[in-house]
Amino acid sequence: MTAPASPTKVRGETLLSVDNVVKHFPISQGVLFKKQIGAVKAVDGVSFELRRGETLGVVGESGCGKSTLARLLMRLESPTAGRATLEGRDLFKASGSELRRLRRNMQMVMQDPYTSLNPRMTVGDIIGEPFDIHPEAAPKGSKRGRVQELLDVVGLNPEHINRYPHQFSGGQRQRIGIARALALRPEIIVCDEPVSALDVSIQAQVINLLEQLQDELGLSYIFIAHDLSVVRHISDRVAVMYLGKIVEIGTEEEIYERATHPYTQALLSAVPVPDPDARTDRSIIRLTGDVPSPADPPSGCRFRTRCWKAQEVCATQEPHAVLRAADPHPSACHFAEVRAAA
Amino acid sequence: MTQSAVQPTPASPTPPGGHLLDVRDLHIEFRTREGVAKVINGVSYHLDPGETLAVLGESGSGKSVTAQAIMGILDTPPAHITAGQILYQGQDLLTRSEEQRRQVRGKEIAMIFQDALSALNPVFPVGWQIGETLRQREGMSRADARRRAVELMDLVKIPAAAKRLGDYPHQFSGGMRQRVMIAMALALNPKVLIADEPTTALDVTVQAQIMDLLADLRRDLNMAMILITHDLGVVAGVADRIAVMYAGRIVEHADVRSLYRAPAHPYTKGLLESIPRLDVRGQALATIKGLPPNLMRIPSGCPFHPRCPYAQQVCVDEVPHDLVLGDGRTSACHFAQEVRDDSAR
Repeated sequence: MTAPASPTKVRGETLLSVDNVVKHFPISQGVLFKKQIGAVKAVDGVSFELRRGETLGVVGESGCGKSTLARLLMRLESPTAGRATLEGRDLFKASGSELRRLRRNMQMVMQDPYTSLNPRMTVGDIIGEPFDIHPEAAPKGSKRGRVQELLDVVGLNPEHINRYPHQFSGGQRQRIGIARALALRPEIIVCDEPVSALDVSIQAQVINLLEQLQDELGLSYIFIAHDLSVVRHISDRVAVMYLGKIVEIGTEEEIYERATHPYTQALLSAVPVPDPDARTDRSIIRLTGDVPSPADPPSGCRFRTRCWKAQEVCATQEPHAVLRAADPHPSACHFAEVRAAA
Repeated sequence: MTQSAVQPTPASPTPPGGHLLDVRDLHIEFRTREGVAKVINGVSYHLDPGETLAVLGESGSGKSVTAQAIMGILDTPPAHITAGQILYQGQDLLTRSEEQRRQVRGKEIAMIFQDALSALNPVFPVGWQIGETLRQREGMSRADARRRAVELMDLVKIPAAAKRLGDYPHQFSGGMRQRVMIAMALALNPKVLIADEPTTALDVTVQAQIMDLLADLRRDLNMAMILITHDLGVVAGVADRIAVMYAGRIVEHADVRSLYRAPAHPYTKGLLESIPRLDVRGQALATIKGLPPNLMRIPSGCPFHPRCPYAQQVCVDEVPHDLVLGDGRTSACHFAQEVRDDSAR
């Protein structure tokens, strides 16, 4: 399989830039006369850039808005505000044929390999469906051959083209989902928790496949997951989300070795390490309480209700994710600093 | 199964040398229209008072089915226990009547489940659900059951317990729901708590809170715990011993430190190598090739042989027996010594 044809392909150039995107889901009350009484602020001002050939990991707990962000980028939801630039065009304003063209360049791998494949379609139909929507992507008569090629690329037997999803295991189904995402030779693949439904031994196979495809095809990934170890393994840069905002963003090393936001530090310290001896020499930060409701987020810094560093200023003034003198990377905390030797 | 009639005596002290809970050579099969799936093929493990045993395995390895057999909540049909014993305080639970087993359930051995939202009844307040056990089993009055429910909710650290008694499960967050379920399981002061993937559905910060709570409760109430999980990280923090399951068998059994330091079964070794580590940066992940076996067609000999890098002809021909490696370690592998020496290097 060849890499997508594109006039300029400089590794590291910005492919997608997302600027202050917001998504509020209205909460309404009443049966006949519905009126809006509030909004769930699922994504509330998120900005980042995705560069060619890199993997941007997005981590955060459930309800932090990472999946909504993925759905916004795929235009499965319309944003409340903000813009996203892909190929120099505003992704959120595009419609009709322009949107179809942009979508060819950005595909998605879903979390659940059991529900994201239509049980009544054969694998050939599932992987070939993108060609029905975008007939220009495969010349007439070449579809079957292309599908078999894709099956081969993701490590499945091309002869299984007429089988149904239930005849495959979870890991194999996720490979089918990846083949479908690759069909149109996109440059960007949004992976929403692609391995969380899989067993450990199978998870490693799928992660290795994603990395191998990236090397061969020059893909860029937005890799959304809640498993911090998996994200570290696959990502070049990492964004940490909390209650609809990115609290810290940086290279994999900056986030995992020199995190400055208290939430990132707590999150990292809570990850169970598969080594009984490592446990003792790590100081674990215990967060109390639960994530507040995104319908009614705390004033100022959203993390302040669970933060041990919180002061007066955190309640009144919202910290922005900017570079601070002492920080090597953007962190949205008034008291951002690297944690003393953990 | 032993045929000897067991006296329905009340809980007797653990006989000298005996274990609190002792599962011996358990075999369970699921008889379905498509055929017979051999889900459990000779599982033995034991539990002593106050200790934590982790049962580790991937989906379909039989870790939950074993626990359900201990609790006596297997659906029969399709599940049939074809051989084995489950001794609790020296008495075989499998030969007891349903009513006798009901007395054990909850009061001696209690269980918490993975998905608290579907394990709780959505149409009753949580206080009522916690109190139900007490009213039914202890004959408590409604007022007493209420009071005890508040105590239990305090015990599992649900803030403002008295106020939240009348709330419904959907009004609680995932972590709080899991606490409600733990409170229900503790209502009758069980001696054994079986926790089936208690934190799998939870976020990592909440997961840490729940694992802490379970560890504290286990110590304070001097319970023994069976922790069923697929997460090698969670196990490392809390367990004393680990039993690793594959295709309905225990393939390796060891204390936590020895197992992580030098796994002696190729499957355990493969699992440990295939997880991305937060504290270790590496190249491509090592993988275990292939897929777990179809339980209706378990491979001959060692069930792991089609995926095993150590496999030889003997592995295809002969089922490996538990090899004792000292320190109470066992590994069901023909090449256990070799695997352990490789891991230890």
